[in-house]
Amino acid sequence: MKHKYLRNVATLELDFEKCTGCGKCSEVCPHGVFSIVEHKAVIGNKDACMECGACSLNCPFSALSVKPGVGCAAAIIKGMLTGTEPECGCSGSSGSGCCS
Amino acid sequence: MTEDSFKKTDSIPLKVRLKAPESSGSCCCQSDKILMKYSPGASWVTGSLSTAAGPVQKVSVKLQPSDIWGSVRMRFGFDRDNYRIEPGIYCVGEPDSSSPVLVTANYKMTFDSLRMELDGLNAWILVLDTKGINVWCAAGKGTFGTNELIDRISKVKLATIVTHRDIILPQLGASGVSAYTVTRQTGFRVNYGPVRAADLKEYIRNGMKADAGMREVRFNILDRLVLTPNELVSSVKPFLIILGILFLLNMTGIGHFGTVDLYALAGTIFIGTVLTPVLLPFIPGRAFSFKGWLMGMLWSAGVLLMNGFPQAPAFGWLTAAAYMLVLPAVSAYLALNFTGCSTYTSFSGVKREMELSLPPILISAAIGVVLLFTGMLLK
Repeated sequence: MKHKYLRNVATLELDFEKCTGCGKCSEVCPHGVFSIVEHKAVIGNKDACMECGACSLNCPFSALSVKPGVGCAAAIIKGMLTGTEPECGCSGSSGSGCCS
Repeated sequence: MTEDSFKKTDSIPLKVRLKAPESSGSCCCQSDKILMKYSPGASWVTGSLSTAAGPVQKVSVKLQPSDIWGSVRMRFGFDRDNYRIEPGIYCVGEPDSSSPVLVTANYKMTFDSLRMELDGLNAWILVLDTKGINVWCAAGKGTFGTNELIDRISKVKLATIVTHRDIILPQLGASGVSAYTVTRQTGFRVNYGPVRAADLKEYIRNGMKADAGMREVRFNILDRLVLTPNELVSSVKPFLIILGILFLLNMTGIGHFGTVDLYALAGTIFIGTVLTPVLLPFIPGRAFSFKGWLMGMLWSAGVLLMNGFPQAPAFGWLTAAAYMLVLPAVSAYLALNFTGCSTYTSFSGVKREMELSLPPILISAAIGVVLLFTGMLLK
């Protein structure tokens, strides 16, 4: 069964002009957000974007922008309490006591 | 690489814990101070291979009971900050200068899940210093990152060990590594391999080509189940604190908490940390907190039914209403925390979910607690 998270929240943007259709974004995306249509990248399923930042970091032409961050409530709460950027404090799960 | 160059090294104590005197606590952010150092005598090291860049430790592709026991401990969250191996270069089989180079993290469970898939393969394994964190999370933090990769390539003198200029990274490392920057600075071409180590052999056989299935991250029922023990264990401490408070309230005569409260809360914690994560995609809704809330509602309805509702209620309607308000709020909050374990939630999404769900969770819990005490006072 396919997981679906909140709609219309992802900060992913593609600059169509800069894109050369090299396909690196679709290679690194863990959720199959991109497809290459007629030598240009296309954001097919934006709601599946988890803002990991792999595409923008690996785009040699800076055609992609996304505000990368951790989709982790515990990290966001900690960030709000300490006034710092939310950072994943553990090996992928909340409340391991690490860095807290 | 001849057979002669393969020699067993002397056994050195399994692990040496280096602890600086000033180190306090076990925070992974300052974890350079505490390091579980696996030596050549470690049970998973089978020997050493001499190369142009010096001896390289050869590791087993079979997991031993101690490796599995270590993983179980990690799943339950014991001493997670210290389950790491030394960064550097390792190998499996009998690799030579044309063998593939696989890059991974120095979290021991990550390293184990990689090597167990390499049976029959001759390959080099480049282990980055991710401070004992798995690839994906370390990539998010930037420790499985461009700079560390560039440094590590030069530190282990990779260019003298292999003659080709290709390295294979797990795809989930891509959020920390800028492939073109690495290539520009080291000459090594970054190839993003499959998400799962189990697909590595096929990926290499296909000439370093991953199909769409290999590229997609999954989060199936087993993936979710293995994450739940740690969630449950982390909620034990707050649970005990709450029990302590309830006990004190009982002692002072303010509270009259009993077994129903105890199992109602324990069940809610189980629902929020285990049942909701396991059933995740099957529960209606998109927001984790909503899913947790829904499950909590079902559970509180169950608690009422078990106590004779609606015909012969064992306690008042005020208390019943309190359960309906407190328990779902608790399970909603616990389920919300599972967003960090999931493989598909975005920062913007979780932030939005929190803005929407935290106020009702807090209000519901607060009103519930007030009702609970009112019910007790009226008794």
